[in-house]
Amino acid sequence: MRIIVCVKRVPDSESRIAKAKDGLSVDTQGVKFVLNPYDEYAVEEALKLKEAAGDGSVSVITLGGEESKETLRTALAMGVDEAVLLKGQPSVDGLGTAEKLAEAIKGREYDLVLFGKQAIDDDNLQVPAMVAELLGLPCATVVTELQVDGGAVTATREVEGGHEIVEFELPGLIAAQKGLNEPRYPSLKGIMQAKKKPLEEVDAGDAESRLEVVEVMNPPVRAAGQIVGEGADAVPELVRKLRDEAKVI
Amino acid sequence: MSVLAFAEQRGGALRSSAFETLTAGRELADALGVELIAVLLGPAGLAAETGKLGSYGADRVLTGFSDAFAEYAPESYTELVAKAAQEAGAKAVLFAASAQGKDLAPRAAARLKAGLASDVTEVRVADGRVVAVRPAYAGKVFMRVGFIGEPAMLSVRPRAYKAVEAPRDARVEELAVGGDVAGRTKVRAAEGEAKERPDVAEAEIVVSGGRGLGSPDNWKLLEELADALGSGAGLGASRAVVDAGWRPHGEQVGQTGKVVAPPLYFAFGISGAIQHLAGMQTAGCIVAVNKDPEAPIFKIADYGIVGDALEVLPRLIEEIKRPRS
Repeated sequence: MRIIVCVKRVPDSESRIAKAKDGLSVDTQGVKFVLNPYDEYAVEEALKLKEAAGDGSVSVITLGGEESKETLRTALAMGVDEAVLLKGQPSVDGLGTAEKLAEAIKGREYDLVLFGKQAIDDDNLQVPAMVAELLGLPCATVVTELQVDGGAVTATREVEGGHEIVEFELPGLIAAQKGLNEPRYPSLKGIMQAKKKPLEEVDAGDAESRLEVVEVMNPPVRAAGQIVGEGADAVPELVRKLRDEAKVI
Repeated sequence: MSVLAFAEQRGGALRSSAFETLTAGRELADALGVELIAVLLGPAGLAAETGKLGSYGADRVLTGFSDAFAEYAPESYTELVAKAAQEAGAKAVLFAASAQGKDLAPRAAARLKAGLASDVTEVRVADGRVVAVRPAYAGKVFMRVGFIGEPAMLSVRPRAYKAVEAPRDARVEELAVGGDVAGRTKVRAAEGEAKERPDVAEAEIVVSGGRGLGSPDNWKLLEELADALGSGAGLGASRAVVDAGWRPHGEQVGQTGKVVAPPLYFAFGISGAIQHLAGMQTAGCIVAVNKDPEAPIFKIADYGIVGDALEVLPRLIEEIKRPRS
């Protein structure tokens, strides 16, 4: 089983993110960057599939700058065999990034391509399905359960109020949702070994953007609310306010 | 020239998001001075539904009916939507930012080599070009984005547009559905999932719970409150209780969960971590109940009660159920 996992370096979910001075970007000063949380599920699933198959390889690929090497090392420390850094900037929309990744994947041998369902920075949720389309692969996105039996894939994907079952034959592409597995932490041994694992660098160039950011805005500031009271005794007044003041029930 | 709106169905019924997509599409079509075309793909029985699409502003309806379309068929849908967009000279193509729309829109955008803005909350025309507003970082910031090239591809966030009737006699035309419509990806609905409540992202009222509820058993109180509030109420949860296995991930609100903007949001026993607040701070009205008066959730709540959610909930259920005098 040869698996390629596409990953991204993103600000940690607990970071405060605000508009930068230029009004066209976000201020990431002092922000801690991590491997995109959804990509952790993808990496874990790849490692589990390789372990279950008893042979094969897992590679990670990212498009980004020099700083993305740290993200690749995290995946290597988890147990991934090799990493590829496509040096270049991702696009504002997903397509340019998908084109760079698809181009890199095309030249490699693989049975399965894995992604996290979305990166928690731009929240596009576009790149996995776009890569599938560009490579002509069947795919399932937002996957919470995955079975691979020989070449047959059965994936459970989350939809409103329930799930769908998606089936296809390999090669194919899966985008992982939270709940798919419990990602492992890199072991100390893994971290040491990661330093010696192959990390290939490719000059990919910047991805083409088909959207441009015209303005970044902070969300509207909510006016300070009111404490209606304490405990259950405050309930009648709360309900009155919801009915007569806010008119929401 | 036209604006295309993809009218989503599941299991042979139009989804409410289809009408929201049409409303956003109607506004955009008027601003551009072009016609609005609805694209409806599904099983043959759906033919009876085309009139509804005219009621919500479609000038034309392009239909593609096949038994293979009762459930989502990614490859065929992509093919048909892309073809319809090309033939109609679409200046914009809109989808709902639903589970299906978020899978289909990127595929169609890749096929059309066009830019896609996901989860948009507002779309308009400025200086002759389509400009959209969308959240990023789970709503910690919003971005105004302009399209370079055509068509402008957009997925519209649930509840960002309220469906508005704009009746007209829509002309219905059939799309040529041929070849191997089944595609390589087979999709079917999971069995044994009775859907009783709207999804948290689409609910009119969200009733959310966190660690402060003490144990998963106490969710029966949230369910009872949701029932009392009516069929538009859905359940939400904090990341802490989802990680603890108390609630399914589909209910999680916040970054790594869903971003929601219902007219009314209840937070019971949720302190208000940054990643949770990002996911619900654009709700219309926020009600928070928490033991800790210093909990960050009170900084953004319109109405707060300081107290134990387990004591407040039974009384609240009783008050909501009581007929209004």
